[in-house]
Amino acid sequence: MRSDHALHDKAPRWLKWLAFGGLGFLHFPILVIFLYAFNVEESAYSFPLKGFTLRWIHETFARPDVLSAIWLSVKIASLATLVALALGTMAAAALYRRHFLGKEAITLMLILPIALPGIITGIALLSAFRLADVPPSFWTIAIGHATFCVVVVYNNVIARFRRTSYSLIEASMDLGADGFQTFRYVVLPQIATALLAGGILAFALSFDEIIVTTFTAGTEVTLPIWLLNQLTRPRDVPITNVVAMIVMLITMVPIFAAYSLTRGTEDVAGSGK
Amino acid sequence: MMSYALDKPKTAQRQGPLAALARLLYRRPTLYLVLLLTPPLLWFGAVYLGSLLTLLAQSFFTFDDFTMNVTPEWTLANYRALFDLANLDVVLRTLSMAVSVSLASAVIAFPIAYYMVRYARGWQKGFFYIAVMLPMWASYIVKAYSWTVILAKGGILYWVFGALGLKPLLTALLALPMVGGNSLSTSNLGRFLVFTYIWLPFMILPIQAALERVPVSLTQASADLGATPAQTFRHVILPLAFPGVVAGSIFTFSLTLGDYIIPQLIGPSGLFIGTMVYTLQGSIGNIPMAAAFTAVPVVIIAVYLSIAKRLGAFDAL
Repeated sequence: MRSDHALHDKAPRWLKWLAFGGLGFLHFPILVIFLYAFNVEESAYSFPLKGFTLRWIHETFARPDVLSAIWLSVKIASLATLVALALGTMAAAALYRRHFLGKEAITLMLILPIALPGIITGIALLSAFRLADVPPSFWTIAIGHATFCVVVVYNNVIARFRRTSYSLIEASMDLGADGFQTFRYVVLPQIATALLAGGILAFALSFDEIIVTTFTAGTEVTLPIWLLNQLTRPRDVPITNVVAMIVMLITMVPIFAAYSLTRGTEDVAGSGK
Repeated sequence: MMSYALDKPKTAQRQGPLAALARLLYRRPTLYLVLLLTPPLLWFGAVYLGSLLTLLAQSFFTFDDFTMNVTPEWTLANYRALFDLANLDVVLRTLSMAVSVSLASAVIAFPIAYYMVRYARGWQKGFFYIAVMLPMWASYIVKAYSWTVILAKGGILYWVFGALGLKPLLTALLALPMVGGNSLSTSNLGRFLVFTYIWLPFMILPIQAALERVPVSLTQASADLGATPAQTFRHVILPLAFPGVVAGSIFTFSLTLGDYIIPQLIGPSGLFIGTMVYTLQGSIGNIPMAAAFTAVPVVIIAVYLSIAKRLGAFDAL
């Protein structure tokens, strides 16, 4: 690293190896999932694989327990995302330009559900639901999920608000638009992609959530809970492999979508997790 | 947005209740603020803070060992029980894992983050970003599952050791006290590997953010003044990036501390704080003791955060 070349020199080979090796480490288990989903073997994980088959994919989609778990997870994630979009946008709109007493406390409160270990959120909700005699159900799961999804939307939307110029809103008002018109024609088009990115990430977060869910689910079985049940008492190894691949795909797609939606706008779409 | 205004001009002043409401909100910004904040505050106050307070209150309730009933009689017995030897053991086991996982992820993450900031140009920049985000967002439970597949007897890792002729090394590793165990998937080594893997991206991103803010001119100045690259790294880059490492360790540390799925799936049978809380509330129904146990990670994390704050980690977030 000679001084005059400090900016343009190439990486030392060992650093390159460490960096790309690290990436390899990060992606290896994901590849394994895609490999084993097509494994012919029925009850073990022996390597090298004995052969490949598409049979388990057909069988998985014929399993009523898997299908109902997928459907439940989709319903919960959709509801949680809708609630999070509404609450997160309101909080972001209220907090981005105003300063008032207690503002820091509110920001902290929004972040708390993902800052505290999930087990605390989970057991807190469980003990409150029990005390209030609310039986665990679809609704208790969705309420829990919505609570920690808010911050993802909030982070994305407030980052966008901070980078849009307030003078656009003032100009709209000067031209005679009222608050609702300004929101509809000026603010909404500006934050639309941030909302979409936040919504997609919130959906992925809820779809994959397991820690809080085990406390609030009761006898309901979401897709991650179905997986966990299989992991603690393995029965259908091949079906589990396929379900693992489906969950992996559903949680991976959003990161590409969110990245391309917020690309070039400098805010880190996924950093709210 | 401009084209909207030009294409469809709106009448200057709309009439009706909606417009009246809009004007009222414009004239009274505080009312507007209150209206915006009420729904999120109600939700968080009722659902979240309410639950946390319930949990706190329950930690002082009495649990009857014989009838298995919880009665609202105030007691400090649950907190006293935290200091039982068996419980301290759980706390210590979890803490040592959290510390080793944080250290290991810092060591693995630093070169990746450094390469990302300093050498990745053009397509590599986006590639590295996605390549770190993807495993971070990919399903947690599936990643844990994948490791049970990799570590399984006769699975990939055993095969790799065999193919490289390193079977004796593996046996020696597993024979080590503390670290080892009967097999990879029941050893502390396996659990440590999985934890490090799962939280690694949470360490890479803060370090990357901190390195991003180190001005290139500083490293140039250091080199101009005659420092070797190693000296520049040791005396300029590392101190400036250190808050990022601490910020990352907040995640790796507290996520390990609160996790209870991975200790169930991989590693020896000893309880973690998370598995302890889960067992207490689940099979026994001792919510008061479980509630008291959740105070442990909260206190540890609070202490950790105050140290981290002093080290400047929050500026690196």
